[in-house]
Amino acid sequence: MTDPIYKTDALIAEDIDAYLEAHQHKTMLRFITCGSVDDGKSTLIGRLLYDSKMIFEDQLAALEADSKRVGTQGQEIDFALLVDGLAAEREQGITIDVAYRFFATEKRKFIVADTPGHEQYTRNMVTGASTADLAVILIDARKGVLTQTRRHSYLVHLLGIRNVVLAVNKMDLVNYDQAVFDRIVADYTAFAAGIGITDFTAMPISGFKGDNITANSPNMPWYDGPALLPLLETVELDATIDQSKPFRLPVQWVNRPNLDFRGFSGLIATGAVRPGDEVRVLPSGKTSKVSRIVTLDGDLPVAVAGQSVTLCLADEIDCSRGQVIAAADSPTEVADQFETTIVWMDEHEMLPGRPYWLKIGTQTVSATIQHPKYQVNVNTMEHLAAKTLDLNAIGVANIVTDRPIPFEPYAQSRDLGGFILIDKMTNATVGAGMIHFALRRASNIHWQATDISRDVHAGLKNQKPAVLWLTGLSGAGKSTIANVLEKKLVRMNRHTFLLDGDNVRHGLNKDLGFTDADRVENIRRVGEVAKLMTDAGLIVITAFISPFRAERDMVRAMMQPGEFIEIHVDTPLAEAEKRDVKGLYKKARSGQLKNFTGIDSPYEAPEAPEIRIDTTALSPEQAADEIIARLIP
Amino acid sequence: MTHTLPTLTHLRRLEAESIHIMREVVSEAENPVMLYSVGKDSAVMLHLAKKAFFPSPPPFPLLHVDTTWKFRDMYALRDKAAAQAGMELLVYHNPEALEKGINPFDHGSLHTDMWKTEGLKQALDKWGFDAAFGGARRDEEKSRAKERVFSFRSANHRWDPKNQRPELWRLYNARKAKGESMRVFPISNWTELDIWQYIHLEGIEIVPLYFSQPRPTVERDGLILMVDDDRFRLRDGEEPRMRSVRFRTLGCYPLTGAVESRATTLPEVIQEMLLTTTSERQGRAIDHDQAASMEKKKQEGYF
Repeated sequence: MTDPIYKTDALIAEDIDAYLEAHQHKTMLRFITCGSVDDGKSTLIGRLLYDSKMIFEDQLAALEADSKRVGTQGQEIDFALLVDGLAAEREQGITIDVAYRFFATEKRKFIVADTPGHEQYTRNMVTGASTADLAVILIDARKGVLTQTRRHSYLVHLLGIRNVVLAVNKMDLVNYDQAVFDRIVADYTAFAAGIGITDFTAMPISGFKGDNITANSPNMPWYDGPALLPLLETVELDATIDQSKPFRLPVQWVNRPNLDFRGFSGLIATGAVRPGDEVRVLPSGKTSKVSRIVTLDGDLPVAVAGQSVTLCLADEIDCSRGQVIAAADSPTEVADQFETTIVWMDEHEMLPGRPYWLKIGTQTVSATIQHPKYQVNVNTMEHLAAKTLDLNAIGVANIVTDRPIPFEPYAQSRDLGGFILIDKMTNATVGAGMIHFALRRASNIHWQATDISRDVHAGLKNQKPAVLWLTGLSGAGKSTIANVLEKKLVRMNRHTFLLDGDNVRHGLNKDLGFTDADRVENIRRVGEVAKLMTDAGLIVITAFISPFRAERDMVRAMMQPGEFIEIHVDTPLAEAEKRDVKGLYKKARSGQLKNFTGIDSPYEAPEAPEIRIDTTALSPEQAADEIIARLIP
Repeated sequence: MTHTLPTLTHLRRLEAESIHIMREVVSEAENPVMLYSVGKDSAVMLHLAKKAFFPSPPPFPLLHVDTTWKFRDMYALRDKAAAQAGMELLVYHNPEALEKGINPFDHGSLHTDMWKTEGLKQALDKWGFDAAFGGARRDEEKSRAKERVFSFRSANHRWDPKNQRPELWRLYNARKAKGESMRVFPISNWTELDIWQYIHLEGIEIVPLYFSQPRPTVERDGLILMVDDDRFRLRDGEEPRMRSVRFRTLGCYPLTGAVESRATTLPEVIQEMLLTTTSERQGRAIDHDQAASMEKKKQEGYF
């Protein structure tokens, strides 16, 4: 091939050294292609690989055989088969995950994220878009702007991709008609402005025939814009823009081979750094100077965004993984409450109030999400009221972290504004989010120090505060045991208070139902009330099913060490159902009662409770005595 | 004051990404290891590890899951490279394969299953490694294009394509339950050409088998095989013949096809690679077994 965009065989053959020298100066662009199922996305990527000679003869032979067997293009080569990966997907004829493809021209190496157009796979597109500098949004010229086009465009904008190419594909099937193209571009322009995309490049192409891919096509002389590849070769890289922002290095690893060397390793998120630069370590705010930029190839005079380096500082200051080294005169903000956009990626719905791990930069903290302000309908961009977010739902919600973290708004920095959420039990990545801004509320509401401390309260009552947390199935005997237990403690002159599940739902929590999300909030509130009561010096007894480990652990974490005593009132389901004191199991079995623990909602038994009560062996009296024996030895 | 800042080339960006991945693993895993197969991809991975942790030596050992059937040149470079990096080298042989004398001549695909797939699982269990770096690349094969950088394996090392974690930005979720492990592929985004260019740029030592020289060979089933030692069983009428050959990919010598070549220097190898018309894995016998065979092997625990 003599096409100047691709590697020139002549130079390779004649002067390989010159070729290698030239090719060591390529830059790299990551982009994403988005389109609906039949927009020809895989065909376009296959075409790019084929035109850049990334396809070898043996692969081509396999492709020709496959094309005849399962292809959708008759006897012609079906480029889409080049990129449709896993066996099951190949048979279904759709891509269902993010795949990364590689090709190179004379000027750049490209990494393409190939993501599906299917409705239920928002998660994959968001993943692919998160690392892209540019997005190619494909439209079938015969169909025009579709619901999916709007969704893809919204996601591209949400993930902060600045360069958008609107590729009107399959122009060969509409006779290369300029009127068709113009109409689609007009439609798209009207819609794009509404979601904040003000700048995009529209081009008419045919991935199948190769029109306007490597060079402008003679079939569309009316189009005078760039062809696709020349555009991809010249757009400005995010890395270049990132270099001009203030310096930030999230510390990944402290390099300490011996007592004489202490370096801070990480990948520079934005900006540039030189020895002698004043830096500030966040969140502590301590300042120092960069003394060296250390690499295996010798110390560097300057390092820029995108480089993995090791910095040495002039002073011995505390700095560890998760902290951010920033330019001293323009540090990042530090906060613990944020407004964010969240993309939910797990089959289990988001539970407001439940603590998740939040990983941002190189730091992992515990975080709780508040009830969403709204969910976005990704097809219409409407804001909908929502109590939670399901798989592939996108919404805006506030997040509270358990400690202040250095961050930047996502629009400023992907590395310091983008985060993932991890389920503490399953370790699955359940969500991703983008920080809009910090909430100032946190800094305005200070803890009011009072003169009478919790120790004074407890001392007056001559007791050690505690939370006796009874958990177990409905009908296990929690309320009965709690009642006996409180009577015995009062007889011993202990100051107690019993919080009972049913009673709390008559008042404090009467706005809550029995969905997973409401159960989490129910327990969170009870935990907060119990905490206030322990501050008042009381021994608090609670009787709640509290079916989820995560929330029991959350309440445990609220209390002082040793004050939370988890008591598993362990009654087998069959036994509890047999007793059925309130007739609830019967209702649940007959379907009149939904989300009933043990029937159609799970109960996660404690793994290591402080006390376990076997109600098939002990009477309520004996159970209470055993608890007291453990409480007051 | 104006400064001209350096523009990062594609190789420097790939390098920075790989280093970032390695540092994440060392920060988050309890007991990481680097799988070292002595090939060019392993050579690049080891070189990147040295860069990632300098001036410390890489804080994990190298593990070679050996089949006893590698080329002699590979064993020589393996020991030398580990010593130069200041790293501990662990070599593992599946005792059952050793005892049964499993070999590529008699046992076909069982050879790979027992020495490599089973051997790897046994080695990871033996030392309790919870994270293993591997040199797989996404451009090698279609099903690998979708492989994550952090690939999670169940307690019995199985890979479930439906249960892998989304990877956004540069954020990798390395949390796992007891008994689970992860395979981590720091050079996922490198292509074969990137690897060669980087070896050239950085002057990384690779096994001489990648360069052409006269070697004793026989032609069998469409492959040119090298007679590397006297365990090679010649068939009736086969006579080793000197051919100028090199290897594009390295494995067990009786299973690895050579290509006839005159490329004796790195630029010449790259030149041939760029002008060639067949893909890299074609020289490996295991891929021809069946359609989507890599994917099946991966589910079973092969890298």
